[in-house]
Amino acid sequence: MSKLKTIRSGRFGVSLLLDKRTVRISTLLFVLCAGLIVISTALGSRYIAPVSVVKALVGMADPADQLIVEKLRLPRIIIGLLVGASLAVSGAILQGIIRNPLASPDVAGITEGASFGAVLFIFVFMDTVSIHWMPIAAILGAFAVTALLYLLAWKKGVSPLRLVLIGIGISAAVKSISYMLIISGPLQLAERSLTFMTGSIYGASWDKDVITLLPWVAVLLPIAWLQARKVNIQMLGDDVAGSAGARVQKGRLLLLMLSVSLAGSAVAIGGAISFIGLMAPHMARKLTGPSFGNVLPVSALLGAIILVGADLIARTAFLPRDVPAGVFTAAIGAPFFMFLLYRSRDRF
Amino acid sequence: MGMESRQLRYYEIIRLIISLISVMLAVAASIAFGVTDIPLSAVWESFAGGNGSNDHLVIQTTRVPRAFIAASAGASLAVAGALMQVITSNPIASPSTLGVNSGAVFFIVLAAGWLDLSGLQALTWVALLGAAISGCIVFALGSIGRDGMTPVKITLAGASMAAFFYSLTQGMMLSDGKMFDQVLVWLVGSVAGRDMNQLEAVWPYMGAGMLIALFLSRKLSVLSMGDDIARSLGQNIVYIKISAAAAVILLAGASVAVAGPIAFIGIIIPHVVRFFVGTDYRWIVPYCAVLGAFLLISADLGSRYIAMPKEVPVGVMTALLGVPFFIYIARKGGRTS
Repeated sequence: MSKLKTIRSGRFGVSLLLDKRTVRISTLLFVLCAGLIVISTALGSRYIAPVSVVKALVGMADPADQLIVEKLRLPRIIIGLLVGASLAVSGAILQGIIRNPLASPDVAGITEGASFGAVLFIFVFMDTVSIHWMPIAAILGAFAVTALLYLLAWKKGVSPLRLVLIGIGISAAVKSISYMLIISGPLQLAERSLTFMTGSIYGASWDKDVITLLPWVAVLLPIAWLQARKVNIQMLGDDVAGSAGARVQKGRLLLLMLSVSLAGSAVAIGGAISFIGLMAPHMARKLTGPSFGNVLPVSALLGAIILVGADLIARTAFLPRDVPAGVFTAAIGAPFFMFLLYRSRDRF
Repeated sequence: MGMESRQLRYYEIIRLIISLISVMLAVAASIAFGVTDIPLSAVWESFAGGNGSNDHLVIQTTRVPRAFIAASAGASLAVAGALMQVITSNPIASPSTLGVNSGAVFFIVLAAGWLDLSGLQALTWVALLGAAISGCIVFALGSIGRDGMTPVKITLAGASMAAFFYSLTQGMMLSDGKMFDQVLVWLVGSVAGRDMNQLEAVWPYMGAGMLIALFLSRKLSVLSMGDDIARSLGQNIVYIKISAAAAVILLAGASVAVAGPIAFIGIIIPHVVRFFVGTDYRWIVPYCAVLGAFLLISADLGSRYIAMPKEVPVGVMTALLGVPFFIYIARKGGRTS
């Protein structure tokens, strides 16, 4: 048992088993992520040497570079990290409770609901209410869709499969309503909303985006990690979990709310970036095994790396075009989904 | 065989005539009503030989092509949906849910925007190619595994394929600096702002698809009872499925080429038709064509009023109509009857 480290506190109802291998993998991914941050800061329409990037990070580069790094590239990368990590963890929780390898916030329509909430916010409250409230609108949208999803998929309990199918239907409906809203509004909001619906972290800024998203991530991620035990028991299936003394449907609902909040706040800032919530947890489970206490930190890091990497390609590969990052995550993610479908071909 | 001896009953013919009259009334309404309402008498005069007045110009260059495109695309998509539901034995199969439409759109946008291909015929072929590639991948992915093709597997394969092509299309158009309304036409489908040339370019393909569907209809009735039963009744199911798939690609690809990826017609109509006329595909195929045309014309008429004075692309309307239907069928689950 020396491979495992236990973190336990009876008072807070918290119990985690931490695998030493996970610590090693996380460290490695962390270094990788740091490297990617430096590379991503260096590349763009104007190349900045990595040495200057590091200098700029501590505030000692020449003013022009300093400005580009500080005002343009760095906030965008930070947003990429936060959004990627949130979506990945949201997907990890969802896959745990739905017990379906193909589940993710976007497949189930949750991201679509969040982006609808945000589009509604753009059209109705943009002039009157501070943008810092946008995550609330997105989370409310995500919750509304999830509630509808749960309601419609409920038929003596919720079957994972029905949930996915009905999710596909609901996202189509929500998307159409968003389009209708966009068409009936002014044109300058239209472009913005459509980019938003694809998912893009273009033009992210410190005071609008980072400050808005950071508190959500800082609160929700640790909570998710502390719930690891509950996710683990959900993964055993209703019967085993029930006989082990878990209140299955109630626990599932709470975890679902956590997953929805994470996805909602991420979408509020990054738009409907798809497939990260599907890919990252799978890769993480491959690296660490199924225990959720291990899956969560690794998924978060992988999600961050995927989104920052996708955004790097999206904004540099087709210069001067700045392609939305969501296009690239979908371009990698959809084939990945098909691969998963191929792997689990005997299950359905 | 028992089916051949079945007599045509009068009420079936009367029912079909009533449906056809409804379509004609819908076409007339579609020509007369919109941002500018035109009296029906002017519509009639325009056909009898227009006098070049403003009303007649609107009728001949805008309204008539629009109504005909809606009718053709609606009919094609509904028949394609019915064929797909039989060959995949999946009640929620349709050109849009199984990714055939988005494949066609992606190839058109790629060819027109990034490869500078133009010409109606060339683009129609590109759409057919895209529909075929996407359809084959989904079909293959849905058929692998121990249990062969299951409704769930093929639905998931279709959904992921659709998401894939949809994102790529959206990304290409956004990074190309396309205007929003142009983007939307290719993302949800629209029958507005086209002319007759565009319809004439795709008519032969739609017609060929329809003929194949009608020709296969008797065999489809047998196939809809299940692969095993069809095989034991001496049907060559591989041949039927491949011909039906070819018809689907012709019908869906041609519709997308002229009207974009209009969704859910292919789900709604076949279910409605089966509810009314039963399981005989010799009736189901023509009724799907007629009611598909009716639904798309009506949806297009509605789309002119819902956000007046702006027009909503008709694809948005069909999605709003179709989703409750889709969810109802997904909840019911099971196979097509």
